[in-house]
Amino acid sequence: MASLFEYAPAPESRAVVDIAPSYGLFIDGEFTEAADGKVFKTVSPSTEEVLSEVAQAGEADVDRAVKAARKAFEKWSALPGSERAKYLFRIARIIQERSRELAVLETLDNGKPIKETRDADLPLVAAHFFYYAGWADKLDHAGFGANPAPLGVAGQVIPWNFPLLMLAWKIAPALATGNTVVLKPAETTPLSALFFADICRQAGLPKGVVNILPGYGDAGAALVAHPDVNKVAFTGSTAVGKQIARTVAGTSKKLTLELGGKGANIVFDDAPIDQAVEGIVTGIFFNQGQVCCAGSRLLVQESIQDELLDALKRRLSTLRLGDPLDKNTDIGAINSAEQLARITALAEKGEAEGAERWSPACELPSSGYWFAPTLFTNVTQAHTIARDEIFGPVLSVLSFRTPDEAVAKANNTQYGLSAGIWTEKGSRILAVANKLRAGVVWSNTFNKFDPTSPFGGYKESGFGREGGRHGLEAYLDV
Amino acid sequence: MSDRLSVFKTYKLYVGGKFPRSESGRVYEVTDSKGNWLANAPLSSRKDARDAVVAARKAFGGWSGATAYNRGQVLYRVAEMLEGRKEQFVREVAEAEGLSKAKAAAVVDAAIDRWVWYAGWTDKIAQVVGGANPVAGPYFNLSSPEPTGVVAVLAPQDSSFLGLVSVIAPVIATGNTAVVIASEKAPLPALSLGEVLATSDVPGGVVNILSGATAELAAPLAAHQDVNAIDLAGADEALAKELEIAAADNLKRVLRPQPVDHTATPGIDRMTAFLETKTVWHPTGALGASGSSY
Repeated sequence: MASLFEYAPAPESRAVVDIAPSYGLFIDGEFTEAADGKVFKTVSPSTEEVLSEVAQAGEADVDRAVKAARKAFEKWSALPGSERAKYLFRIARIIQERSRELAVLETLDNGKPIKETRDADLPLVAAHFFYYAGWADKLDHAGFGANPAPLGVAGQVIPWNFPLLMLAWKIAPALATGNTVVLKPAETTPLSALFFADICRQAGLPKGVVNILPGYGDAGAALVAHPDVNKVAFTGSTAVGKQIARTVAGTSKKLTLELGGKGANIVFDDAPIDQAVEGIVTGIFFNQGQVCCAGSRLLVQESIQDELLDALKRRLSTLRLGDPLDKNTDIGAINSAEQLARITALAEKGEAEGAERWSPACELPSSGYWFAPTLFTNVTQAHTIARDEIFGPVLSVLSFRTPDEAVAKANNTQYGLSAGIWTEKGSRILAVANKLRAGVVWSNTFNKFDPTSPFGGYKESGFGREGGRHGLEAYLDV
Repeated sequence: MSDRLSVFKTYKLYVGGKFPRSESGRVYEVTDSKGNWLANAPLSSRKDARDAVVAARKAFGGWSGATAYNRGQVLYRVAEMLEGRKEQFVREVAEAEGLSKAKAAAVVDAAIDRWVWYAGWTDKIAQVVGGANPVAGPYFNLSSPEPTGVVAVLAPQDSSFLGLVSVIAPVIATGNTAVVIASEKAPLPALSLGEVLATSDVPGGVVNILSGATAELAAPLAAHQDVNAIDLAGADEALAKELEIAAADNLKRVLRPQPVDHTATPGIDRMTAFLETKTVWHPTGALGASGSSY
């Protein structure tokens, strides 16, 4: 961009967060080493700087944590709901108080821009705890019959794209309903969950109610398979979700899965173009596109395709990629080298299959994991980039002529998590929203979340809903 | 005057609104509780199961798109038709389950009443499990239940009619379409139900009824990529596990077998098990300090 609009660096201070050189597993209210003494390093994706060394949970640790959770379950589930509520309200308040610290921490460990952790993740994290706190003493009124009972020990495995938000989505309803929790954060983003352990300590949460086990897939698999776990909740890839569904088959474990997506963002010819462009940008470039409900397929009505693409390219040229701690940064780092390799490979496949690739002029930092915002045109439904989840800042553009064609193309996917509709015509919004096979449909907006609103997918995007009254069901014996 | 020779009935499958024999040409002997021959029922093949899925998928758009009120009318019509053919079902249930005539009559009455109960649910379930969410921002959103799609239903083995109705009605009340595997040893009431459905304004393909070996038919349904959910009511523990593993392949919704008292009023669980929740968002205008923004 011209120098007229150069921004001075505006970095958020790192001083608000104090990262220890090493962390243990959080089991039964104590930080402890892994049974086999294994550790792993967590790095900042934007600089590859080692942030800390973290204990790596194995099967023995999973067993220890499940035992602690089982022991704690007896008292926790017997507490009056009003008392459980107060613990959750405390947690919500402490999160609000420590919000800046946690936002900086999350940005360091995940690589996402500070403006997203500060303005989206953390407010939503606190709001989730606040929302579910209020349910704890009102479960009789939730529509699941009188005296709905908790299930027991919840084994929860969460991904690296929204480490603290996914923790909140899992832990808040579990605790509100009287379950105890063993949670495994992703191996690339364990830190905010460990800070959350400290919040549990500050809140005076009874020991063993929340246990945090940083580790790899093997720890997650052991947790899911543990015979004394009553409820399994997983957010992550569809492939792993299927494996988990096979693991719990034939058991009495209750299962909810939030898996992949290939959301269609449908722009009709009467859409407000500028707003649609903003929505498209939010839909695919928020969190570097590492969002399961990302609007990764843009379906644009043929008659406005050129106009929309021009506007979109103009807008993309103003996105600022770089230091995630800079308050003006729009696009941060990709979470890991592994994920960067996956995105790179899929984008190359898009080119190889004949789609046309475009990125704005964009200088990538020399260290860390980066991928420029990328647009593919001339994409057909058969292209890999139109079918597979890329989980990165890569948008595939397809066109359509009629609303029926838009619906058919939008639904032509194994996934069914999200979709967007852009049109000024209310009846069209309602008709199209009705026909889309997706759990969340955003009309004239995109990527909006709220603790009161159920979220989850159709088809291979998983089952069960998180958030809202619906989110309670996953943790109740109903 | 010599005794009149009765006319036997040829029991056939009910698929896509038609009454085919099994494409395999196979039948198996169905006996009453004392071992006396009752009929030769079709021994459906895997191909029959796949054909039934095609029929159910074809019917899904129309049935799920019908108004809830209309679906309620159709389900109530099923009760009306059954009421008129009660005698036949009492006899079939008595033979199938070895019940006295009085007990069989009570079972059939309960099954008819169950259709009425679910007929009343079609236009209420959305109000009970859906709703508006108070979002913290200038947005409006609504959560509504929608049918999940084609549901494979393994009917209970021991309750040939009341159990059967109790698993079919909730699936279609909410707009799903069904491929049903009748009780393996007592399939005749199910096959006769097909004849009732065909004359009850239920569109062809909404319910498809197969008779045969449950395990043999369930396997291709659990693995079928175009089946969205499976009710394992009629599976034993080992089969249920095997089918649940197969169902993971396209992340079918699975309702595990559980002890059910079919004579008790059902809860809404069998309906909600096969519903998706869709949340639709839209911005609302908000009045700012400086005036209107809408």
